[in-house]
Amino acid sequence: MAELSNHLMALTVVAYLLAMVCYAGEYAFGKRSHVGRAAARPAVKKQLVGAGAPVSDTVDAELPPPPDDTRVKEDKWGNIIARLAVAINGVGLLLHFGALLTRSIAAGRPPWGNMYEYILAATFVASVIWMAVVLRRPAVRHLGLFATLGLVLLLGLDGMVAYTPVGPLVPALNSYWFYIHVSTIILASGIFLIGAVPAAMFLVRNGWDEGKRSFPYSLGRHVGSAATLERLTFRLHAFAFPLFTFGALIAGPIWAEASWGRYWNWDPKEVWAFISWVVYAAYLHARSTPSVKRNVATWLAILGFGTMLMNLFGVNLFFGGLHSYANAGGM
Amino acid sequence: MTIVEERPAPAAAPPPRRTNPVLALLRNSWRQLTSMRTALVLLFLLAVAAIPGSVFPQRPVDPEKVSQYYTAHPDLAPWLDRLGIFGVYGSPWFAAIYLCLFASLIGCVVPRLRDLVRSLLMTPPDAPRRFERLPQHAELPETQTTAADIARIMRRHRFRTVVREREDGGWTVSGEKGYLKEAGNLLFHISMMVVLVGVGFGHWYGWHGNRILVGGQDQGFCNSVTQYDDSSLGSRVQPSDLPDFCLNLNSFQATYQSNGQAKTFNATVSVTQDNGKAQTRNFTVNHPLRLKHANVHLLGHGFAPILRYTDRYGVSQTKVVPFLPIDVMATSEGAAQFPDVNIDPKTNKRNPDLQIGFEGRYLPTASSTGGATSVYPGENAPALFLTAYRGDLGLDVGIPGSVYSLDQSEIASGALKNVSGAQPHELKPGQTWTLDDGTKLEFLGTRPFATLAIRYDPAQRLVLIGAVTGLLGLMLSLGLHRRRVWFRALPGSGDETGGNLLVAGGLPRTDYPGFGDEFNALVKAAEEGKP
Ligand code: HEM
Repeated sequence: MAELSNHLMALTVVAYLLAMVCYAGEYAFGKRSHVGRAAARPAVKKQLVGAGAPVSDTVDAELPPPPDDTRVKEDKWGNIIARLAVAINGVGLLLHFGALLTRSIAAGRPPWGNMYEYILAATFVASVIWMAVVLRRPAVRHLGLFATLGLVLLLGLDGMVAYTPVGPLVPALNSYWFYIHVSTIILASGIFLIGAVPAAMFLVRNGWDEGKRSFPYSLGRHVGSAATLERLTFRLHAFAFPLFTFGALIAGPIWAEASWGRYWNWDPKEVWAFISWVVYAAYLHARSTPSVKRNVATWLAILGFGTMLMNLFGVNLFFGGLHSYANAGGM
Repeated sequence: MTIVEERPAPAAAPPPRRTNPVLALLRNSWRQLTSMRTALVLLFLLAVAAIPGSVFPQRPVDPEKVSQYYTAHPDLAPWLDRLGIFGVYGSPWFAAIYLCLFASLIGCVVPRLRDLVRSLLMTPPDAPRRFERLPQHAELPETQTTAADIARIMRRHRFRTVVREREDGGWTVSGEKGYLKEAGNLLFHISMMVVLVGVGFGHWYGWHGNRILVGGQDQGFCNSVTQYDDSSLGSRVQPSDLPDFCLNLNSFQATYQSNGQAKTFNATVSVTQDNGKAQTRNFTVNHPLRLKHANVHLLGHGFAPILRYTDRYGVSQTKVVPFLPIDVMATSEGAAQFPDVNIDPKTNKRNPDLQIGFEGRYLPTASSTGGATSVYPGENAPALFLTAYRGDLGLDVGIPGSVYSLDQSEIASGALKNVSGAQPHELKPGQTWTLDDGTKLEFLGTRPFATLAIRYDPAQRLVLIGAVTGLLGLMLSLGLHRRRVWFRALPGSGDETGGNLLVAGGLPRTDYPGFGDEFNALVKAAEEGKP
């Protein structure tokens, strides 16, 4: 079963890679495609009511039909590739689920007993959220290239630096608060991770709209309108933040109190969770401070993403501490 | 995100008055401090300031690592120490940041609380003159719907509603909804203050201590500062404030996976509180023993070999000495010291050159090939490997040394000599070892020991309550939306035609994608005249 899980994990990465290639194909082909132009169109209403006003998402879809036949043909190709991309992405998601499920069966417990499993689960959440977003709002489909790129990188790193063979939980992890703690943090992390994609693309798109044409900004041409991206960024972060608050700052300390006697120990994982929390709080703050520009606020979200990565990979690699439960036997 | 600032416009500037420059400076600083931008900068600083605490060892967390750092970087360490790098979260600069943040928070919350109460007391404001400027507006076809109908509809949708009739027969209905958003936001920020206060109180009035508790009636522990291996009391706690209880470790069970990974632990103790009757209680990792005003947490466990030494005059002494595990397979290191031996009954004088000490390792499962480490954490093939030393143990100097090793400086100076050769001597339980001078050491077996952390934090519950209400506030704040809706009947429209000409306008005061739908539903209900 553990073997199977490893194979499925490898296949997941392959599927995401393929999906990424297809998204990239659509990105190139779909220049004049329906969605591409919808995305490239500046949000007209933005100026009207000011950023952050409730521009209905349907704006992007209300477009006149393509005027001539050659374009229809190209649209067709772009669309086919795009459908294929989403379909392969979906297959990847199923494989991802399979990897998680088999791992869990092999270990006889939920799949989040060590960093490897934790990242596997968090990326799964990220992938699910991405799927939900792309199915509900085709206008942001162009983000697929970057979403799958992120998934491939994270899963690749997970397999390379964090891989741990299947093992039972050490007694300290055998607590239902631990399950609550880890599952909510995984959920929140997954959402934060995927939230960085629209955040980054908003910054790129914003640069494009300001007339920047050099490399990262040139990517901004085909992603959805700046306002759509910004709002998606906010919605994802606003959803993940209370979850993270509960998982990291309530359930975690409750469990720590029962286990170590202190609800807060300032060990490196806790320090970085605290830092992430403060940075994301700063993002939410900045976003609702009228005098702070949206792109400044969004940089804070990107910074938050950096701190999450630090917690996923950096802390385990560099610092150790009470939370280094990847190694066996410690109480 | 507030789209239209609803705050009352500042009153016309009062005629310039000569104010005290100090007061003016203070007022300006306070205004700066309580601005949201400052709060943002302070939040950011707080995040940055927390980083060194994860990079450098922290004294309250792991004093051992700090000393290691001192030996590794003898030049740098004292400087870092002066900057508070080894105790970031208790350092003045860290405190400065969060205290500023909370001053800012108070300065921010108080006026907003006042505004919220005021807006709750006031009725929703009258409609703006022109609806076309609002993000949502609609003109309704002529209807029979009256002001009362619309007010009923709005109230059914839980808007706070007020009807204003004008002399000319026109009327407006104003509704506002989502006050809980602001209330939730305030609840969140106030809860943050509660948490900080709780953490502070915990530091003042809490205490904790660590203790290794060896099994057996003769090894019991009663709660007092001197009985701890190490302890720390909050600044408002006196040693006499510690609650009264005694513990005896009756038994300790551990089970392991075949690969040696720990599966379960279970400690059974007898407890006496306030001189009451002894009770037998179980506890384990994650399930502490909760006593009155103290919690006993199981942090680790190990083995304490029982050693009987018989000296030249035939006098025996028995000691139970805990050996500390150094790896996951419970390879354990420790030392047994016998300072009061080889006392000549004639002179009754202790000879400092004839003290005896043993140092070495205990392996709960020694490998058949004779490695220096244990291969399994349970006692499957226990073996004790000891080196014997005779001479001055150096215990009389009065400097408390570690009880888990002999005084290395005494060995270096030659005052304490190895008398058993370079190879440690192996002892199985029950075996006796006769030393070069005819004295004997018997290894009688082992007893388990438990490493306990005993803690009390009286503000713990307050912190938890603060955190939970904070979360609740956060959810209200992020999940709800404040918005206003108005309906207006154009003046005189109802007179001859019998129908009303209505216009409607809507203003979401925060980013709220669903507002358009809600507004349209309200307009539709108003058109039909029924909710
Ligand atoms: C302990 C420090 C603080 C933390 C962790 C914190 C956190 C947050 C969070 C997460 C939000 C987002 C909730 C939402 O958007 O509805 C928020 C909103 C807000 N905070 Fe803070 N905050 C802190 C300090 C402050 C201070 C010092 C001020 C005042 C200067 C302040 C003023 C505000 C305001 C006005 C909002 C509402 C913004 C809106 O209308 O959406 N906060 N805060």
